[in-house]
Amino acid sequence: MQSFTKHSGVVAAMDRSNVDTDQIIPKQFLKRIERTGFGQFLFNDWRFLSDGTPDPSFELNRPEAEGATILLARRNFGCGSSREHAPWALADYGFRCVIAPTFADIFYSNCFSNSILPIRLLEEDVEQLFELAKAATASNTGKYELNIDLNECTLFDDDSFQRSFEVEPFRRRCLLEGLDNISLSLKHTDEISAWEKAHGLPSVVSG
Amino acid sequence: MPSPRTLLDKIWDNHLICSPTGENPLIYIDRHLVHEVTSAQAFEGLRLAGRRVRRPEATFATPDHNVPTTDRRLPIADPISKQQIDTLRNNCKEFDIRLFDLDDADQGIVHVIGPELGITQPGMTIVCGDSHTATHGALGALAFGIGTSEVEHVLATQALRQSKPKALEVRVQGSLPNGVTAKDLVLYIIGQLTTEGGSGYVIEYTGECIRSLGMEQRMTVCNMSIEAGARAGMIAPDAVTFDYLRGRDFVPRDFEKAVQEWQKLPSDEGATYDRVEVFESADIVPQVTWGTNPAQVVGVDAAVPNVGAMSDPSERSSGVKALEYMGLSSGTQITDIPLDRVFIGSCTNSRIEDLRAAAAVVRGYHVSRDIHAMVVPGSGRVKRQAEHEGLDKLFVAAGFEWREAGCSMCLAMNPDTLSAGQRCASTSNRNFEGRQGQGGRTHLVSPAMAAAAAVEGHFVDVRKWQYQ
Repeated sequence: MQSFTKHSGVVAAMDRSNVDTDQIIPKQFLKRIERTGFGQFLFNDWRFLSDGTPDPSFELNRPEAEGATILLARRNFGCGSSREHAPWALADYGFRCVIAPTFADIFYSNCFSNSILPIRLLEEDVEQLFELAKAATASNTGKYELNIDLNECTLFDDDSFQRSFEVEPFRRRCLLEGLDNISLSLKHTDEISAWEKAHGLPSVVSG
Repeated sequence: MPSPRTLLDKIWDNHLICSPTGENPLIYIDRHLVHEVTSAQAFEGLRLAGRRVRRPEATFATPDHNVPTTDRRLPIADPISKQQIDTLRNNCKEFDIRLFDLDDADQGIVHVIGPELGITQPGMTIVCGDSHTATHGALGALAFGIGTSEVEHVLATQALRQSKPKALEVRVQGSLPNGVTAKDLVLYIIGQLTTEGGSGYVIEYTGECIRSLGMEQRMTVCNMSIEAGARAGMIAPDAVTFDYLRGRDFVPRDFEKAVQEWQKLPSDEGATYDRVEVFESADIVPQVTWGTNPAQVVGVDAAVPNVGAMSDPSERSSGVKALEYMGLSSGTQITDIPLDRVFIGSCTNSRIEDLRAAAAVVRGYHVSRDIHAMVVPGSGRVKRQAEHEGLDKLFVAAGFEWREAGCSMCLAMNPDTLSAGQRCASTSNRNFEGRQGQGGRTHLVSPAMAAAAAVEGHFVDVRKWQYQ
């Protein structure tokens, strides 16, 4: 897995709560049997007009979001379906980090499997980031950039915004070292076998 | 004296393999359910790494999300759907996994066939690459949805990395009023908890009301736990559970001995939950969602809420966007909302009791001439049972389409979709934008409410229905 240590990038501000995985990657694109190529369909039903051209009012299509690698959103981001196609689409589009006050549980886990860092911040901090992004858009600079240091668990801009964030230590280590979770778990094969033996397995009744 | 434990504690403790220093705990997974949409990339990962499936006999697969619900003898029209279903078939063959294929009499929605075949049992840990895996918790299992990378992890190790979730007791007192169903109960609970109220928790549903529910109704309740943000929902096993399971295909040979073990599972007296929420069932009326998430719900006797007056800014902006998408105005009575489509099906409400409830409403009536209505049974078994009872003839005579088993228009990956602007009363679990088809508008309701709406062409209060 690709490791994640430090990252600096442009922020795309998506002022919406309860963004569900059906919006992140609509079901008509779930029939592919690969992990790649989903970025072109990210937020499809919001991103494109019915004639297939980009909707200029959609957050990701605005000039200030061009080249964005950090997505800023409101509460309960990634709710709904467990489809890992959602982080696949975000990663394939170029996102490395999503910032929100809260995330849905399954989506949150799925991000770590794909080297995307989901950062939970207090609602007022997220509100401040929305304001900073808005101010940057109105100024000459246009784009708002943030820096992330996963070693230090800090998030900061080039001015005065700085916050620390929390990540479960094991998940942090997996991201920092780019660990393959399956290889890591297979090191515990003896313990898995011992559990099975203690529980009289395998012994599935066949129908 | 050991301290009193909850149902969740007991299943967790039983399945904890190890908690290595600096790592998250590894828990053992008893049953792994697999479908065509979230598994192909996991099998490919195994193949690339040269890994095998650790316990093929604990893994069960069926195609459901993508399958046509029309004549199964015809070839699948969509070549990409066909490829996904063929890929599942080939993977099951290569890795020696039991597949309930399209032509198998027991094919169906994975969350319908698991309990129906007795694959789902009390005390088990069960996972599937689908968020509605919570359904299986109705039998007293710890069951939750996982991503495809975790599917690959479980295939390879029969275990999962997991931090222990917190326990939320949702206690429902009293008994459901007439005309109010398990679907109304869970929609009401979601409305109260909000879509993220259960995040980080496993819900255990308790109380007199829950105990009085039949097995299939309990599945409806647990199924929608994820819509309140909870990864799993569970109900302690009891005589209802054991009676349901007795005689099913995959249950233990020494069933009564297993029952003795399962009887030890319910939460001990004095066990503490991280959080408790208490609801009164007498407060609940038939529910209808008005927005684009399942917590945007009101009683059928109410009006579309005044979203502009909502105090929480996030709720308010969600509400405004939802009404715009849904083409509704604040203040419109729910019973004045006209419909185009009715869908009875999905892992929430496609079991035989759901179909019986819908059929009882429809008996003696005909679908409104403006409505296109369909019934999609949850499995081959449900379909056969319904046909045995003559429900198919009743539905067809009343103007419903009677289909083959699958997920169908719950998520509209197959040809069963809404067109833009069409409004549907649906017994499924999600009313997200575009869920049933791009631009489609979904209102979640119970099977009885959907059936009554099909007859009248708009929502009606099923508590006042004249049954024939």
